[in-house]
Amino acid sequence: MTAFRDSPWSAVLVMLLGVMATLAIPKWVDDFALIQITIYVVMAILAISQAFIWGFSGILCFGQASFFGLGAYTYALSVINMGESTLPVLLAIALPGLFALLLGYFMFYGRLSDVYMGVITLTVSLIFFNSVNSTAGPEWRIGNAPLGGFNGIPSIPSINYPGNPEDTLDPLAFFYLSAFSLIAIYGGLRWLISSRIGHVIVAIKENEQRATLLGFDARAFKLFAFTLGGCIAGLAGCFFANWGSFTSPTIFSLAQSAQIIVWVIVGGLGTLVGPIIGCMAIQWLTTQIGTQQTFNSNLVLGVILVVFVLLVPKGIIPSLGDVLQKLFGKKVTKGEEA
Amino acid sequence: MSTVPLLETRNLNMRFGGVHATRDVNFKLSDGELRCIIGPNGAGKSTFFKQLTGQLRPTSGQVLFRGQDITGCQPHVPARLGIGIKTQVPSLFNGLSVWENVWLSACRVYPKAKALEVTRDTLERVGLSSLQNSTTGLMAHGQRQWVELAVVIAADPSLILLDEPAAGMSDQEVRRTADLILEINKSHALIVVEHDMSFIRMIAKMVTVFHQGAILTEDLPDAVMNNPTVRQVYLGKKAA
Amino acid sequence: MDLALIVSVQVLYAVATLVIISAGLAVIFGMMRVINLAHGEFLMLGAYSAIFATKAGINIWIAMLVVAPICVGLFGIVVERLIIRHLYGRMVDTMLATWGLSLLCVGLVTSLIGNTTSGVSTPEGNFSIGAYSVSFYTSALIVIAVLLLFAIRWVLRSTDWGLIARGTMQNPAMADVLGISPTRVYSITFAVGAALSGLAGGLLAPVSGVVPTMGASFIAKAFITVIGGGSSILAGTASASALFGLINQLATFITTPVFGEVALFIAAVVMLRMLPQGITGRFFKGSL
Repeated sequence: MTAFRDSPWSAVLVMLLGVMATLAIPKWVDDFALIQITIYVVMAILAISQAFIWGFSGILCFGQASFFGLGAYTYALSVINMGESTLPVLLAIALPGLFALLLGYFMFYGRLSDVYMGVITLTVSLIFFNSVNSTAGPEWRIGNAPLGGFNGIPSIPSINYPGNPEDTLDPLAFFYLSAFSLIAIYGGLRWLISSRIGHVIVAIKENEQRATLLGFDARAFKLFAFTLGGCIAGLAGCFFANWGSFTSPTIFSLAQSAQIIVWVIVGGLGTLVGPIIGCMAIQWLTTQIGTQQTFNSNLVLGVILVVFVLLVPKGIIPSLGDVLQKLFGKKVTKGEEA
Repeated sequence: MSTVPLLETRNLNMRFGGVHATRDVNFKLSDGELRCIIGPNGAGKSTFFKQLTGQLRPTSGQVLFRGQDITGCQPHVPARLGIGIKTQVPSLFNGLSVWENVWLSACRVYPKAKALEVTRDTLERVGLSSLQNSTTGLMAHGQRQWVELAVVIAADPSLILLDEPAAGMSDQEVRRTADLILEINKSHALIVVEHDMSFIRMIAKMVTVFHQGAILTEDLPDAVMNNPTVRQVYLGKKAA
Repeated sequence: MDLALIVSVQVLYAVATLVIISAGLAVIFGMMRVINLAHGEFLMLGAYSAIFATKAGINIWIAMLVVAPICVGLFGIVVERLIIRHLYGRMVDTMLATWGLSLLCVGLVTSLIGNTTSGVSTPEGNFSIGAYSVSFYTSALIVIAVLLLFAIRWVLRSTDWGLIARGTMQNPAMADVLGISPTRVYSITFAVGAALSGLAGGLLAPVSGVVPTMGASFIAKAFITVIGGGSSILAGTASASALFGLINQLATFITTPVFGEVALFIAAVVMLRMLPQGITGRFFKGSL
């Protein structure tokens, strides 16, 4: 059994299923449900960014919300100023990426380890939260766009077809955009992981010292992975701002970062598909809980997190994989014995 | 034959707090040479070793590889210059297979197709072909040492540094490791840090003895074994 | 001159607050290398304990200094037994599980009590420094913080239990061989850390609005102070609190409270980069 997962078939299968689902869903659900599903998809993009940097690059980032929020705010502020959405979308990917590059350089080239990295990334998201939260006064603006402070930024213009500011995406088109982006990003990441760079990144996570002694500059590889994760989270933020036409400082909150981590833990650290499923499952669950009064969503999320860490530490997908292997693995052994 | 030593240290010193772990060490190794470094526990062998690999930055002094100053360089640099390192505690990618471990080493140096070939050949050379799909972390200690050896030589380094390659091995495994090292020495220079005297005798051409952070003596194996000072320093240890 | 004195008092108060809110986390992290992300919620539970006790007629000082620590200490024993114990050595998993615990606590308390702010009034009294007045409670907290540091030092240095605890932390196997149950030591240590957090919550109840989500505003600062301080409980907490408290207060003085907080965070990030092992990883090494 190799750990490198070079075989493309599972990736191809997942992508195929994804495309089929994307094309089928709009035919079966009404507009309201479609909009709900769209936000699940957008958050799944965020989940996959954390899954990549944590599960494959071994980077413990407790503040992925920073890049998510930066993406949302960058899109919001640029589209309000520019009136056309193409450049803002690109900026929403580039700016968080740039910030990830700088923060990553700061951390990895200082040889910070796990725990300290977790603290610093957490703290950075708090810096954003606190700073942006206090920008409510009218003097806080970028160009024509007020930052809004704790009120947030309302009425964010939607993404339009490139070149046509009046022609914005309707819910169906936006759903397609998000879903195909998710599928493309998934495919891209699987391809990256199976490449030489991807193998080195996984090796660094496995044993950084040995990778270094082989001549790989671990700092550079981690920086690359972290920056990529930041870009993807930024895109998710851009879509998020689009989805609700609104963004506020809570996007930088501890709660948001916690959610992302829960998705990955529940879905399965070390896979890409797991966190996507974990994310959608938990979001759906949270929506359901929101509709009733008995159980508080924090309570349920908390219980889920504790239960999973204690009892299902690998997460859903890998555990399912283990179960399947036990079932089918046994049969193979028996055959060999006979 | 170049007159520049392959590896050289000049007045190497290392201090940790109050401990003077490396004292004014002047060490020279020629191209293609096999040198064994011995010394009792606490003699500073591993500290010296780590300064060669860039894992520790010496307090003063220089480490030169082919005349190039590599003192206190970033730890990924020695490998790029052609120095392969096997650490005291086996450091491998435990979750990956033997094949993947060796391949990672080869792929840094060779392009894709050649790397596959080199991986296959290296595994054969070390005798691990049958185990190539085993998960490294689950293997026996002796086998893991060989995997690490394979990993190191796959990158075809000019100089190989081995810290206790025979540790925790059975007599038979020790014999095999010695043969392997001698075979590797035909095309690579080696520095071997070791405790096991019988192993040293199997491979040694020149031995450097460390004591209290400094070089006590450098000589042929038999001369070193019979040296009274060395025997005294190893008091209590069976040097014979 | 008076201004200088007042500013000094403010700085001392900021430092004292950091000491008080970090002590519990420092004990748990310093002794057990466990990162308890539910620390803020322990604080919150302490605050609520103090409030309920006071409303039930108990003297406010007793409610803060006795009831709160005991309640949260007991809760700590339960948490250690059910959750922490199974995750020793797994630092990241502990962080995650305690994060879950924190969500759980917030959710539970919100369900039981609701989102409204509770409060209890500060014990009365002021005294003057020139044209300014300093509340009695502010000075009380400063004194308590100092006493707390001395108390921890005394327990660790001069009591049998302190020695046993320190020994067990350094070498649990050895402690086992000597007939000391490491499990018991961990249990008690965690409970003590929890109790200290409860104490902090009780003490801060009069000065902050008590809501189920109040923990969030403390966890970050406590976390930063403890990690920034490094592995020595006392020297670390004291030095980090002093440094960050000073920066926080000075920045607040120059700008606004919000940017005071931001300054603290930025200082922490920079400091951690320069001293990845925390302050006591480099200075005051090997101290308590």
